[in-house]
Amino acid sequence: MSVDAGKVDADLVRYVLRLGDLSLILGQRLGEWVGHSPALEEDLGLANIALDMIGQARLLLSYAGEIEGRGRDEDQLAYLREQGAFFNAILAEQPNGDFGQTIVRQVLIDAFQLELYERMTASRDERLAAIAAKAVKEVRYHLRYSSGWLVRLGDGTDESHARVQSALDLLWPYTVELFAADEVDLRMAERGIGPPLANVYAGWSARIDAILSEATLRRPADRPHAWHGKRGQHSEHLGYVLAEMQYLQRTYPDARW
Amino acid sequence: MSAVLPRTVDRLAAGRTDAARIAAAWRALALVEDPEIPALSIVDLGLIRFVNVKPNGYLEVGLSPTYVGCPATEVIRQSVRDALSQAALGDFDVTNVLSPAWSSDWITPEGRDKLHAYGIVPPERSVSNMRDVLRKNLPVVCPRCGSVETETVSEFGSTPCKALHRCRTCLEPFEYFKCI
Repeated sequence: MSVDAGKVDADLVRYVLRLGDLSLILGQRLGEWVGHSPALEEDLGLANIALDMIGQARLLLSYAGEIEGRGRDEDQLAYLREQGAFFNAILAEQPNGDFGQTIVRQVLIDAFQLELYERMTASRDERLAAIAAKAVKEVRYHLRYSSGWLVRLGDGTDESHARVQSALDLLWPYTVELFAADEVDLRMAERGIGPPLANVYAGWSARIDAILSEATLRRPADRPHAWHGKRGQHSEHLGYVLAEMQYLQRTYPDARW
Repeated sequence: MSAVLPRTVDRLAAGRTDAARIAAAWRALALVEDPEIPALSIVDLGLIRFVNVKPNGYLEVGLSPTYVGCPATEVIRQSVRDALSQAALGDFDVTNVLSPAWSSDWITPEGRDKLHAYGIVPPERSVSNMRDVLRKNLPVVCPRCGSVETETVSEFGSTPCKALHRCRTCLEPFEYFKCI
């Protein structure tokens, strides 16, 4: 990237890493289901969504590495950063739980990515606009899959309803962080690079209400959040995700295949 | 991985006009099979966005991925490099084209026929209707018996671009190439 010598756009690097890390960590989590899903079709479904997530992450992390200008490529950013240098919202790193809990986490993040990327196609940053235009097409299918399952489970048996409601109650508090705009988010919005998070929230909220209503699920109340994954402060869970994801590169540095 | 071309290749390219190199490149690319759906070439799929000659004399091929995480993308890129090397068209670059994003609308009419003959239902819907993806299922016609009495088995199939369906009339499973 052509950046003024020595002057790195730190806001943009941080912003792009947040988006890329959200996709990367969620993709890694979904990958844990491979070979363990309730049915072959769901194994394929979750693996395909994981693949799309890793694909998004590759584009975003490559871009972040270019802007940063320290010679780090997508692999170095994925495999060699420590926990505190990951900037995903911590909803993404929450454990899979049962299938219903994975689906709840997926609906919440799919709807967020859909509302975000739809708006980001108009970003003043051409590279982000192009990535968003590509990603949004895939994310529509992700939400179609995850919301379809949430409706089946929520409006299903007493057992499936109770399980997804309890997963929703468990994960809902983490959604607040997705929309909590800090100074980086605000400056990105001012520069026309990232959409204002208040707008993303309005779209997300309406979409989630419609899905929950069809799924006969109750929307939990918002609570003040104490999560700062976007600033690199994570739950205990991320360390385990990274330990598995980074093991090979750390054991055999620079291994290629 | 960088393709280092033998000198003879450059000599072969030297005598050709740009138009001849471009036409030869298209012919070579039309023979590159998609690794997941070998009935189709990457040209049938609309993955080749452009072929032109850059001011430095390099041939430039614009290649788009179908899905960003599709593992076949790397294989396709290498196949394109191999095909261009074998065609002896001189130095070349393969450029990744993300924008505008690849669309299933770009599958050529021949490509759609080949898909159908291969037993995969081509994407019927135009991208202008993409928002309908989030609505209910639309009827997908069985490629074997023509019945509209079909059901979705899985939104995701053996590759990112396909969904699994089943015909309730002839009871055969089949794949549907997703509209994207």
